[in-house]
Amino acid sequence: MSAVDRAPRAVLPSRARRVSLAAPLRLNATLVTGLTLLGLLVLAALCAPLLTSWDPVQQDLTASLLPPGGGHLLGTDQLGRDVFARLVHGARVDLRVGALAVLFPFLIGTTLGLLAGWFGGWFDLVVMRVVDMVVAFPFFVLVIALVFALGSGTSSIYIAITLVGWVAYARIVRGEVLVAKEQEYALAARASGLPTWRILLRHLLPNVLLQAFVFAMSDIVLSILAIVTLGYLGLGVPPPTPDWGSMIQEGQAFILTKWYLAAVPGFAVVVTGLSLALIADGFVQRSGATR
Amino acid sequence: MRHLIYVARRLVALVPVLLGITVIVFFMIHLVPGDPARTLLGVRATDESVAALHVAFGLDQPVWRQYLDFLVRLLHGSLGRSFFYDANVTELVAGRLPATLWLLVAATVLSLAISVPLAVLAATRRGSAVDQAIRALPLIGLGMPAFWVGIMLVLLFGLKVRAFPVAGFGTTPVQHLSSIVLPGLTVALALTPILIRSLRTSMIAVLDSDYVVTARAKGLSHRRVITGHTLRNAAVSSITVLGVNIAYLVGSTLVVERVFALPGMGTLMLESIFNRDFPVVQGVTLVFAIMVVVINLLTDIAHGLLDPRVELA
Repeated sequence: MSAVDRAPRAVLPSRARRVSLAAPLRLNATLVTGLTLLGLLVLAALCAPLLTSWDPVQQDLTASLLPPGGGHLLGTDQLGRDVFARLVHGARVDLRVGALAVLFPFLIGTTLGLLAGWFGGWFDLVVMRVVDMVVAFPFFVLVIALVFALGSGTSSIYIAITLVGWVAYARIVRGEVLVAKEQEYALAARASGLPTWRILLRHLLPNVLLQAFVFAMSDIVLSILAIVTLGYLGLGVPPPTPDWGSMIQEGQAFILTKWYLAAVPGFAVVVTGLSLALIADGFVQRSGATR
Repeated sequence: MRHLIYVARRLVALVPVLLGITVIVFFMIHLVPGDPARTLLGVRATDESVAALHVAFGLDQPVWRQYLDFLVRLLHGSLGRSFFYDANVTELVAGRLPATLWLLVAATVLSLAISVPLAVLAATRRGSAVDQAIRALPLIGLGMPAFWVGIMLVLLFGLKVRAFPVAGFGTTPVQHLSSIVLPGLTVALALTPILIRSLRTSMIAVLDSDYVVTARAKGLSHRRVITGHTLRNAAVSSITVLGVNIAYLVGSTLVVERVFALPGMGTLMLESIFNRDFPVVQGVTLVFAIMVVVINLLTDIAHGLLDPRVELA
């Protein structure tokens, strides 16, 4: 089993050649396309109040289920709320929660993986046994069960994703450290008597971070999918806050007459996923890995 | 005999993992903020029902004792008693297992049926426009929420074309079969991007290997090389790739069952979440994890049988 069990989404570069994240930014078409796409999405989310004058939570039952056009770019939902306003304000919620939900697993997993790989011994044993336990669960099943136990709300989502998500980073980074610590630069750093923290932070970390970072790109997709799925199941960001998942859930009831109500928010998720997948691929290409 | 020893070794190795799973499932209740009993039963719960729940979960006992009791009950095949249905959780889960298993099988068959030909096509025409197009599929597919794909399939094949039922599971095997097509396809489409990627890579490795080069040099036709020499090895990699992604496959069924109102374990779990029926949520979570572990074991064994190069010792 490998680190891709939980989130089989990362394309990891080969070990043949690696470039640290700090290498001069060499762009390629894939990376540029991904960054542009993501940039536009983030911009739309940030400028949501400028893009539309409609309030995403303001209900108007006299204007429910209006077709697109005529003041409402994408029409209105069953409660008369502007769909476009909900879409761009939903981007704010989903992109923010998605990115933040990856931050803690990234930090915790990377730290534990770094220490486990470097020190080995009982610490490594304990960390890896816990990893084995967590990866036996299907990601969505455990996240949903944890959100249920913790109670709904954004902070529960963060905690649930962190509790499940750190294992992938720990596995990836530990594997990288095991290889890196036998390499000449690491041996040289050790022989020169540098303090351990300095070897770990200044010598090892920059070399093992790329893998974790590439994985994080696809992990953000997974965490956005998790948030949207929780929203769809009614376990996500509490209403009336707009979120793509709950929009799809609400639109499903009108699938025969107003198909776009469910289709458009899902399309937004797909575009977000595409942009992050392109960025991850771009980084892999940049690192000179062959596929 | 060698295979039997291998299977026995793998079974022994499962014990710590299974124990770990029970620890996580057990500790779920201790994540509930405040008094778990009060929180689970809601604000209108009477003091008696809260006290009853304390006894039912043994919350008045020390934690290690609670876990031991939980483990002993599990070993007797009991997952506890549902608050909402007032029934044995084991029986509830057993009643919902068939729909989930049907869905898993349908999804596995359909995902292989879609991804193997595409991966073969991409690998044999490396660098061509076809290859480029097939390689672009995963980029788009990775971000597709499974439930959304399901809804779109309902729109296309269920409501516009009316080819398949869009909800429920029917009562006869024939009805099961037609009911499972769209949910199975949904899960398969969620898995396909990942499968195509890994399969294409392993197919390329096979195509570049010496024995394929030899087969070509012998003057065998392209078709013979692919069917006779490459596909068996591709089958081995398909099984490995499926095994690695099995947790993802099982996880996807949960949400997809909801979209198609399939009476499976995922639907049971979601219903129980809304009924605040903690023993059922706990039980289903445990069974899902055991399912992943068992399927992983089966794929490992199948891999060992199919590929003579696998070290069985």
